[in-house]
Amino acid sequence: MLKLRGQIQTRNTTTTQPLMAQVTRNSLLPAVMRPKAVLLLKSAELSQLTEDRFSTLRGPKPFAGVLLCGPDEALSAAEEAITGVPDVYLLPEDYAYLEEGDIVRLNPEGERISALFRKNSPSNSILLTERCNHLCLMCSQPPKRADDSWLLDDAFELIQMIPPDTANIGFTGGEPTLYGNRFIDLVEAAKLNLPDTALDVLTNGRAFKNESFAAQLAQVRHPKLQLGIPLYSDDPVRHDYVVQAQGAFDETLHGILNLKRYGVRVEIRIVVHQQTLPRLVQTCEFIARNLLFVDHVALMGLEITGFTRANLDILWVDPQTYRDTLSKAVDVLRSYGMHCSVYNHQLCLVNRDVAGVYRKAISDWKNEYLPQCAGCARKSECGGFFSTQIMYRHSEHIQPF
Amino acid sequence: MSQFEPIEFFNTQRADVIARYALLPFNFTALDGTRYVVTNLAGEYILLEREVLQRLVSGALCAEDPLYADLRARQFLADEHSKMAPDLLAIKVRTRNEHLANWTGLHMFVLTLRCDHSCPYCQVSRQSENTAAFDLSREHAEKAVALTLRSPNPAIKIEFQGGESFLNFELLKFVVLTAEEANRRLGQPKDLKFIVATNLTVATDEMLDFCAQHEIGISTSLDGPRDLHNKNRPRPGADSYERTIRGIAKVRQRLGRRSVSALMTTTEASLSRAHDIVDEYVAQDFGGIFLRPLSPYGFALKTRFFRAYNAERWLQFYDEALDYVIELNRKGLEFQEYYASTILTKMLTCKDPGYVDLRSPAGIGMAGVIYNYDGTVYASDEARMLAEMNDTTFQLGTVEDSFETLYTNETFLQAVDETFAYSAPMCTDCAFEPWCGADPVFHWRQHQDMVGRKPESEFCQRNMHIFRGLISRMEKDPFVRRLFTRWAHTC
Repeated sequence: MLKLRGQIQTRNTTTTQPLMAQVTRNSLLPAVMRPKAVLLLKSAELSQLTEDRFSTLRGPKPFAGVLLCGPDEALSAAEEAITGVPDVYLLPEDYAYLEEGDIVRLNPEGERISALFRKNSPSNSILLTERCNHLCLMCSQPPKRADDSWLLDDAFELIQMIPPDTANIGFTGGEPTLYGNRFIDLVEAAKLNLPDTALDVLTNGRAFKNESFAAQLAQVRHPKLQLGIPLYSDDPVRHDYVVQAQGAFDETLHGILNLKRYGVRVEIRIVVHQQTLPRLVQTCEFIARNLLFVDHVALMGLEITGFTRANLDILWVDPQTYRDTLSKAVDVLRSYGMHCSVYNHQLCLVNRDVAGVYRKAISDWKNEYLPQCAGCARKSECGGFFSTQIMYRHSEHIQPF
Repeated sequence: MSQFEPIEFFNTQRADVIARYALLPFNFTALDGTRYVVTNLAGEYILLEREVLQRLVSGALCAEDPLYADLRARQFLADEHSKMAPDLLAIKVRTRNEHLANWTGLHMFVLTLRCDHSCPYCQVSRQSENTAAFDLSREHAEKAVALTLRSPNPAIKIEFQGGESFLNFELLKFVVLTAEEANRRLGQPKDLKFIVATNLTVATDEMLDFCAQHEIGISTSLDGPRDLHNKNRPRPGADSYERTIRGIAKVRQRLGRRSVSALMTTTEASLSRAHDIVDEYVAQDFGGIFLRPLSPYGFALKTRFFRAYNAERWLQFYDEALDYVIELNRKGLEFQEYYASTILTKMLTCKDPGYVDLRSPAGIGMAGVIYNYDGTVYASDEARMLAEMNDTTFQLGTVEDSFETLYTNETFLQAVDETFAYSAPMCTDCAFEPWCGADPVFHWRQHQDMVGRKPESEFCQRNMHIFRGLISRMEKDPFVRRLFTRWAHTC
C-alpha cells in the first residue's frame, strides 16, 4: 500500500502557510516556474549531491520547496548540505513513488505531506470532506464532525493544476454534496479546467431529493460526469441500517429519480457483505425493474479498513460462499440489459459466468497480491486484493490458476 | 458502547405484532389449487399461498413475515419506511404506455388479393392470378402513403400484404419509391421501414434485388415439414414447400441471414405434429417459431375449417410445442417461441412488445391500420377479413378521407373505449390484465359484442392458459426462469 499522506520533517521553512505544488525532478527548471514547483531529490541522487549543487538552490529564485526522499541515514547525511536551502522537506522512503508531474500538498507548520495527484495513476480521488450524514457499517473513511472545508478550497486549486490530458478524476468524501451550491460550483470548475477528464463523484445521493439541486447539477452540463450512489437493499429498513440513517433509502431513491429525470449519469454501487448479501439478488431485481434507466451497477468486495475493521464480525463473508449468489445477481442485471461490473473480487472466487463483467478496480496505491498468487497463470487478469484485505482478512479459498 | 445501532433500531414495526401497512392496488387470480398470481399496476407479479394472501388483504401480516419485504419492494403494500412506491409505479405505468402517444406505427397495404395458392384456411378470398380487379390502384396507394406519413409516430413500418404481394410487384415498387420520396420531403423524416409478406414462390431475382436495395424485410409462411406444408398450402405443381425453402435460401443470400422471418398456421393436421413443426423451423435456421392459433375469420370460418379444433385442443398443441422448445434450449440450442416471448416481455419488463392483439387500449387502428386493395381503410388485418365476410363494422373509411376523419371514426373510438381491459367487466378483476389485451374484432365476431362474454371467450381461455403455463414453468424450474427472462428481453 502506498502511503499517501503523513508526517514529515521540515528544515529552514520560510512560511507557515500550507501550499500545493507540482513535483519536478528537473533542478534546471526555469526560474519563472519554480515558485509553483517543488524539486524532488531521491536517495540515489542524495548521495551524489555536492555542497556545490545545493548552493544553486540557495539562489534568489528558489523552488517552493525541496523534497528530499530516502532512508534515514541518507537524509541525515544530507543535513549539512542543506544548510541555508530554504523550505526543505525530509520525506521517509514511503514517498519514493513520487514522480515528475505529481501534485502534493505541504503543510510546513504541521509538518505533513499529502500526495493529491499522481500522474501515473489511473485513479486519482480528491477527498472533499470527511463529514457525512451516513455512518455506514463498512465506511472506509469514518466521518468526522470538524469543519474541513479547506479541503474544498484545495480541490478548487487542485483542479486548476491537474494536467488537462488526465483521463479520469474522482471526488469523494465524506459526503461531497453537504457543500450544497459550492459542490455544484466545483463540478463546474472541473468542467472548465478539465473538459476532457471524466469525473466520478461518490455521493449518497440524498441531497438530490431536492429536485432543483439535481437540476442545477444537470445544468452544469459536464460532459463526462457520473455519480456513484450506494443502494444497499431493496428493503428500506436494511438500507437504512447499513448506512445507519433513518429515512436514507427514500431520499437516495428520490435523488436517483431526480438525477435521471435531468439526465445525469448515475451508477448504483452495492458493497457485498453479510448485511447486504441476504437480499442481493432481490436488490438487483428491484434495480432492474424500477431503476432500469441508471447507467451502471457495481457489485463491490469489502475493503477491510475504517469501520469495517470494527464491524468485521457482522460484515465479513468469504466470497467463496457467495459465488453462486453473485452469479445470480449479475445474471439478473445482465438479462435486463443493464451495464454492470463486479469490482474488488479475486478472479479465483467468482464463477466463470461473471467473467464478462469482472473488472480490476482496486486503486493502484492500495492493490496487492498474496505470495501464492505469484504462480497464478491469470494473475494479470485478476484485480487482486485491497492491501487491507491482505493485512486483516481475506478468503481462505484463494486458488492460483 | 458501539456507535452503531442494530437493524431492529431502524425498523419502526415491532417484530411480534401485526404490521401497520396500506395495500397498494393489485389483482389476484388463482394459479392452481393453492397458489395465487398477484399482480401490481405495473404488471409485476408475486406468487402467494392462499393463506398468505388472505393475511395480506386482511392487514394481518407481520413485518417479520418472510414475504413482507418482498411485497413492499414490489409495491404490493406500503408502510412508513418508504413513500416512493407511487412514484416508482407511476414511472413504470407511464413507460408501459408511452408508445400510445406515438399513435399508429404499422401501416399495411393490401397490394392485391390475387394469389398462386389456394389454401383452404386462407383468411381472405383468393382470386385468380390474372384479374387486375383485385389490385390496389396507384391512385389509392398514393393517398394511402400520404395518410401513412401523417401519423405522428417517428417510426413507421409499411407492410405489404396480399394475396401474394409479389404478384403486384410494380405497385410494391411504386409505394416504396413514393413513400421514400415523400418521407425525404418531411421536415422531420421518419424512421421508415418496409416489410413484405410473401410466400416467396413467385419471387424473382429482380424483386429480391429491389428488396435488398431498399432494405425491405421478408415475412414468409412455413407451416412445417414438406408433407404438412404442401397439404396446407396447395398450389399448381404441389411444390409450395420446395419453392418457399428455395426462396428463403435466396433471400438470406441476398438480404442477409436474419432478413427473413416466417409465420405458421396451425391446421387440424398440424395438431399432432408439434415436434416436427418445431424441428422444421430449427432445420431451416430460424431463431424461433411463432405458434399462432387459426383465427376465426375469412375463409377459415366460411369453410368451418376453424371449428375443426377448439381452443383446448390448440392449447394442448401449444404446450407440447413449447415444452419441446424448452427442451431444445436445455440441450444447448438457442431457440424461442415468440408468442411466449411477447407475453414474457409484458410480465418481466416495462417494455411494450408491440403485439397488436395483446394491447389495451386495443391495438386496432392505433397499433396498426390496413389499406385494402379497393381503397377502403380498416382498423386491423382481422377487420378487413371480417369485411370479406360482409361485416364492415371496423372500416375506418377510405383513402379519400382525411387522417382526422379516419381516426375519429365513431365505431373505432367506441370500440377502443368500451374494451379498455382495465375497466372491462371481469378483466378489471383479473390478475392477468396487465399482460393481456383487448381484442374487439375477435369478440365482435364471436359474440357480436366488442367486449365479449369473458367466461365464454376463447381469447380469454387461450391467453389465461398460456399466462398460467408460463408462470408455472418458470416457478418450478430455475433454468426456464433464466431462459424466459432472456426471451423477455429480446422483443
